Amino acid sequence: MIEVIQPKPKLRRFHQARWDEPIIFELSQPGQRGVIPPAVEEGIKNRVGDVLQTLPKNLRRSIPPQLPELSQIHVLRHYVRLSQENLGVDLNIDVGQGTCTMKYSPKVNDQLSRSTKIQDLHPLQDENSVQGILEIMYRLEEIFKEISGMDRFTLQPGAGSAAIYTNVAMIRAYHAYHGNSQRDEVITTIFSHPSNAACAKTAGYKVITLYPDENGYPDLDALKEAVSERTAALLITNPEDTGIFNPQIDQFVKVVHEAGGLCSYDQANANGILGITRARDAGFDLCHFNLHKTFSTPHGCGGPAAGVCGVTNELAPFLPVPTVEFDGKKYYFDYDRPLSIGKVRPFYGVAQNLLKAYAWIMSLGGDGLREVAEIAVLNNNYLMKKILEIPGVSIPYSLDNPRIEQIRYSWEQLSEDTGVHSEEIGYRAADFGTHYWTSHHPYIVPEPMTLEPTESYSKEDLDEYAAIIKNIVEEAYRDADFIHGAPYNSTVHRIHQESFDDPQSWAVTWRAYKRKSGQTK
Amino acid sequence: MDDVVSPFKKIGLIINPVAGLGGRVGLKGSDGEQIQKQALSLGAQPYAQDRAKETLALLFPFRDRFSLISAAATMGEFAAKEIGFEPEIIPLKSYPKTTAQDTIEVAQKMLLEGVDLILFAGGDGTARDIYQAIQNKIPVVGIPAGVKIFSAVFAYSPKSAGLLVRDFITRNKMLFQEAEIIDLDEDSYRNGVIATKLYGFMKIPFYPHLIQNQKIPSQEPDSYQIEAIAQSVIEDMDGETIYALGPGTIPNYIGKLLGFEKTLVGIDLVKNKALIAKDVNEQKLLEVIKNNTLKIIITPTGGQGFLFGRGNQPFSPRVLEKVSKKDIIVVSLISKINGLRGKPLRVDTGDAQIDQKLCGYISVITGYRDKIVYRVMS
Repeated sequence: MIEVIQPKPKLRRFHQARWDEPIIFELSQPGQRGVIPPAVEEGIKNRVGDVLQTLPKNLRRSIPPQLPELSQIHVLRHYVRLSQENLGVDLNIDVGQGTCTMKYSPKVNDQLSRSTKIQDLHPLQDENSVQGILEIMYRLEEIFKEISGMDRFTLQPGAGSAAIYTNVAMIRAYHAYHGNSQRDEVITTIFSHPSNAACAKTAGYKVITLYPDENGYPDLDALKEAVSERTAALLITNPEDTGIFNPQIDQFVKVVHEAGGLCSYDQANANGILGITRARDAGFDLCHFNLHKTFSTPHGCGGPAAGVCGVTNELAPFLPVPTVEFDGKKYYFDYDRPLSIGKVRPFYGVAQNLLKAYAWIMSLGGDGLREVAEIAVLNNNYLMKKILEIPGVSIPYSLDNPRIEQIRYSWEQLSEDTGVHSEEIGYRAADFGTHYWTSHHPYIVPEPMTLEPTESYSKEDLDEYAAIIKNIVEEAYRDADFIHGAPYNSTVHRIHQESFDDPQSWAVTWRAYKRKSGQTK
Repeated sequence: MDDVVSPFKKIGLIINPVAGLGGRVGLKGSDGEQIQKQALSLGAQPYAQDRAKETLALLFPFRDRFSLISAAATMGEFAAKEIGFEPEIIPLKSYPKTTAQDTIEVAQKMLLEGVDLILFAGGDGTARDIYQAIQNKIPVVGIPAGVKIFSAVFAYSPKSAGLLVRDFITRNKMLFQEAEIIDLDEDSYRNGVIATKLYGFMKIPFYPHLIQNQKIPSQEPDSYQIEAIAQSVIEDMDGETIYALGPGTIPNYIGKLLGFEKTLVGIDLVKNKALIAKDVNEQKLLEVIKNNTLKIIITPTGGQGFLFGRGNQPFSPRVLEKVSKKDIIVVSLISKINGLRGKPLRVDTGDAQIDQKLCGYISVITGYRDKIVYRVMS
């Protein structure tokens, strides 16, 4: 008879791999090779001659590149080890990355995008030979028009912030075309995604930020104080990063329109409102979606991202070129758009991601998309109940407004009681193999924590995550010093973040590292 | 894990034993021996001891991480010992009589002893005395225990004072901010007139709940932010308008960028990006308004967020009556705004109608071409 397997403990005794893995340049051994191509045959050599001499002189290196020299197995081992020292979305319950929790992306969609039918395409191919992917782009635009109510879309931007920047560029072009270049101010809110303020600033706008009242969203009178003949646009997220939906959003749009400004809806995270509210129905002129956030494609940091921008007919002439059109027989690129802001990315967008998003949406259908939002909201409210059972936590701003798809909590009480700060909960969470995030900067909510479960985490996942947080808080009340010393089971213990603000301490290449550390000139 | 271990700290403790005496019996302040006697005769109980003990109790569990050096007897020693501390003692000259002079001398002594931070319990008068002794040389934390608490060096409560000092002890790095030392003229106050004066600035630790734990750059992050705000204001200056620069770090920096040293606690006038008058009073401002457009550049006080009525008295109701709200240029570090914890900015000019005119929403310049819109209440 064999032994009965004992149940695993409720909290995982996670321990991350630690390899003390050197940087690949440090592994280099002169002469090692991963691939040794066969020598060129005599006949070919005689016929072709010295190929290098046929290249223009300014394209030829005078000194060979300083690349690491390694065999295949060493390269493979190196990267597998690094992957084990990482915390990936396929490995942990990732609900701690509020505002941008990655949902599960079905692997079948990855397989589709890796099919040779898309991998072998080249963006410079003649459009007659890429009718399939053009049809998908065309149809995807039709889908986003339906989801948002907008008249036209561009699928070109390479990420969410690139999409916001594209919208700002179109706003600027629109006002310039109408002779309103004096409109040099953009209004946003402190709990809108910070990329809105950043993109407006990058495009040369002055930025006015509204602060919330006790409801958690700005008062209409604050907006009225901000608008003027200088207003170019309102860039706003709703629900904001607190998870609170501004119920006066249509009034906000009206006030800005009356002042002559445009309104752009940041729907990077549309997870709580898919199939429930539409940007156009609230009167917006522009909107954007992050395909990686809401539509199940990789995040920018985990592969190329994609963002899409929707506009009304009034703004459609300013869309990036080319647009994808259909004449009833054939799909084609339209470059003949004289008012276009131009290109925001080479070619036509990240085709693989557009395919993945298309596949994800088609697998769900319209009702499925609405169900995504409903489950995301339900999950969030379930997790809220579990978290509020833990001592030391609170939710700032009135709870009269329900929280939608995420919540910004506060550990102020815990911090006052124990001296443990929110960020340290994150260090300890790493000991359970999971991720935790506080909030953007600056902290408006003291000792913040932002959780967003999305629709793809199960009740058991949420229970486990809440149990981890509860355990950490109990540890903090029992022995705060223990938390101050965390993490204990992680590869990297603490990072000296001071250096992030000091360009002199940055080295993004091996050569820069050698130079800045004084090893070479 | 050198982040976790902080260097051993030396904390100074000063309690003003008569702080708060006057308030309890309606005397609006406790400055001066005569008032203190009067208060005691009216049955006032000193409560600064209890307030300080509340703070010290929070620090007691961390006693092996810092040394406490305290003024003798009722000025700190008794309270510290009651909690269980065994502080090093700085004697008082003429105990049992204690005066403001004792506060000044003890604080000076502490500075010489190499104290890292002075924790004191009292009111605005006590803050002034300590400022007189140490200027802005080491940081302080005030435990609010006085009748008048207008200065920004005070924590919100004895508990929050304890939390600030606790973080100062247990962390190896902290951010600091400049905080106003403001005091009321008690004689005018008793006659029903509020007249405050700004005496200077001291360093206090930044409220830690609003900063990410480790992300504290080696440079004071606010320094470039101050320059960004100042540049933004200067960029928008026109040649016709006269600008009145109120007290505060940012207006002072505007002066610096325009090439003059601004009066630290006073109001200077600028036209065409050049200084035209230093340290002006209400009368001068009223003269200027007669024939010119006047724009006022002010910064809110720390902690309480007062725009008018605390330390910038020449901006009187009579002046503000003639200045349009849009000509009031409010500048502030965003950290100061976030330190208000959602509370509105405030005005208390002494004239309800003027206060009403200033209430509602106002723009605050918080960076280069960056503004926020924030609520103002009286």
